[in-house]
Amino acid sequence: MEQLLQQVLAGLATGAIYACMALAVVMIYQAIDHLNFAQGEMAMFSTFIAWQLMRWGQPYWVAFIASVVLSFIGGVAIERVLFRPIHNAPILSQIVAFIALFNILNSSAGQIWDFTIKSFPSPFGHKPFLGEPLIDTHQVGMIGVTLAMLGLLYLFFRGTRLGLAMRAAAANPESARLVGIRVGWMTALGWGMAAAIGAVAGMLIAPVVFLEPNMMLGVLLYGFAGAVLGGMTSPAGAVAGGFLVGVIENLAGTFIPYVGRELNLTIALVLIVAVLMVRPSGIFGRQVVTRV
Amino acid sequence: MSAPSKESVAFAPPAVAAIGRRAALSDPKRLFVVGLVVAACVIPLLTRSFVTFQLTQVMVYALAILGLNLLTGFNGQFSLGHSAFYGIGAYTAAILMSRWGIPYFWTLPAAGAVCFGVGFLFGLPALRLQGLYLALATFALAIAMPQILKFRPIEGFTGGVQGLFLDKPDPPFGLPISADQWLYYFTLAVLLVMFAGAASLVRSRTGRAIMAIRDNPIAAAAMGINTALYKTLTFGVSALYTGVAGALGAIVVQFVAPDSFSFLLSVSFLVGLVIGGVGSIPGCLVGGLFVLYVPNIAESVSTGLAGAVYGVILLLVIFVMPAGMAGFVRFARARLSRLRRS
Repeated sequence: MEQLLQQVLAGLATGAIYACMALAVVMIYQAIDHLNFAQGEMAMFSTFIAWQLMRWGQPYWVAFIASVVLSFIGGVAIERVLFRPIHNAPILSQIVAFIALFNILNSSAGQIWDFTIKSFPSPFGHKPFLGEPLIDTHQVGMIGVTLAMLGLLYLFFRGTRLGLAMRAAAANPESARLVGIRVGWMTALGWGMAAAIGAVAGMLIAPVVFLEPNMMLGVLLYGFAGAVLGGMTSPAGAVAGGFLVGVIENLAGTFIPYVGRELNLTIALVLIVAVLMVRPSGIFGRQVVTRV
Repeated sequence: MSAPSKESVAFAPPAVAAIGRRAALSDPKRLFVVGLVVAACVIPLLTRSFVTFQLTQVMVYALAILGLNLLTGFNGQFSLGHSAFYGIGAYTAAILMSRWGIPYFWTLPAAGAVCFGVGFLFGLPALRLQGLYLALATFALAIAMPQILKFRPIEGFTGGVQGLFLDKPDPPFGLPISADQWLYYFTLAVLLVMFAGAASLVRSRTGRAIMAIRDNPIAAAAMGINTALYKTLTFGVSALYTGVAGALGAIVVQFVAPDSFSFLLSVSFLVGLVIGGVGSIPGCLVGGLFVLYVPNIAESVSTGLAGAVYGVILLLVIFVMPAGMAGFVRFARARLSRLRRS
């Protein structure tokens, strides 16, 4: 029983990262109806920027905030320079552009910081939480930061004019343009926010998986699984889905012999295919109906 | 309706038939293909064995890219998971050869059959997944594949992380050529057969149905095309092509290991597809040449640069030359003929 509880808690902790990635993926999906296959690499790159700033002697929080801000600017820039000109191109071109971005970020990170693994500090430390050996402070921190981010996003989208404008631009671009919303910039803003959320996710997971250019591939896959499970049309659903796949991964790893530990990526594959087949809109998403 | 037309061809005067044949030979496209095949036959006699080895690999990649092209270029289904089919083909060949001592040429149909089955089965859920979601599911397949190949309970077959080593096949009938040259000719023969097969598939009634689904799935269904059947079959055939390429690749490199079939291999195929031209069969050869030589050149400038070069070139193609090399050739030819006319 204790083992079960511990695995669920650990699952929630890793699930927090998947939830962040799923949230970032859904942000971009909402804005342009595309999955950002380079989301993980963008997060990895942001984490390297924070690491570099710390190497230059900046304290953790300065590096953290600088990395989030730079990522936001980078996200906006990527949308303006790369994806704006091809937003009407066929789906193949768009996916190819994502893959191109993936490659460029991955191999330039390898060029600049090489492929050796690096340790990344945690602001929360790794002590037992409240004297409980079940979960440590970093894991609690991950869960807390994810929930706080979700809360902020909720307030932003519900409570501000800009958030309302972004929702309008995503829901109905033509009408939004007619009432004076600059739809293009709303999309760019969505990209920037996704990049910033990804940066936070990268910096939270880096103390756990260590920092290296390929660290986000598996995380991204689980992020996708979380987004699909929760529903691509619902940010809160994506976060719930992220937590859920984290728990599923940990429980499968503990209680299914062989398969769970060694085939954890295959579990993500099966999960994605199963959800897409049985309930393509996810648990919390709404059904999207298109006219033919 | 077809019977009378067949008769009229059969009863055509010999002179007409001869003119037809002469026209076929002077057709620049056909002449180009014949010239290319002749050149391909002569090259290994003139070059060093390393170049022969590399060109063999080019043909293997071209075949794999052709598989992806049948699916993406002609049927409009997207796959980031063809490295998985390539890997399954390679492992089928390697296991058959090293565990059961089956001769290498029998492993190709076996690999093709296995991959057709796997592709067909993967195509079934893929039916419900359009565009983006199919890309996602195949992306997951590509990422999960190396892990599946390393899976400990099947290590006895797959050799685990270490992979499997194979013997290089000797030329048969005491032919006076080296093993590399023989592999080259063997691969060339397979390549020609499979390219011809793909070309005639695309030109057939089935091929038109496949392309109709790409262009407008709803209209295709309304015209009575069984879209579900054709889409899964195309998935199977596409996997078959890439699987045969994988088997050939394993025989040529004489080694398989799980990490050679990672997501990056899928990216290579995708790059080759886009460079050569989506929906162009000869373009696959250009794609094969590209994915073998360009990373080598990039690596010689700086290690680890290949990925960035791929990325930049992909973006350039998307922005400047969206139809790839094949589109560029078509464009250049149209320009030339307009110049000549004016």
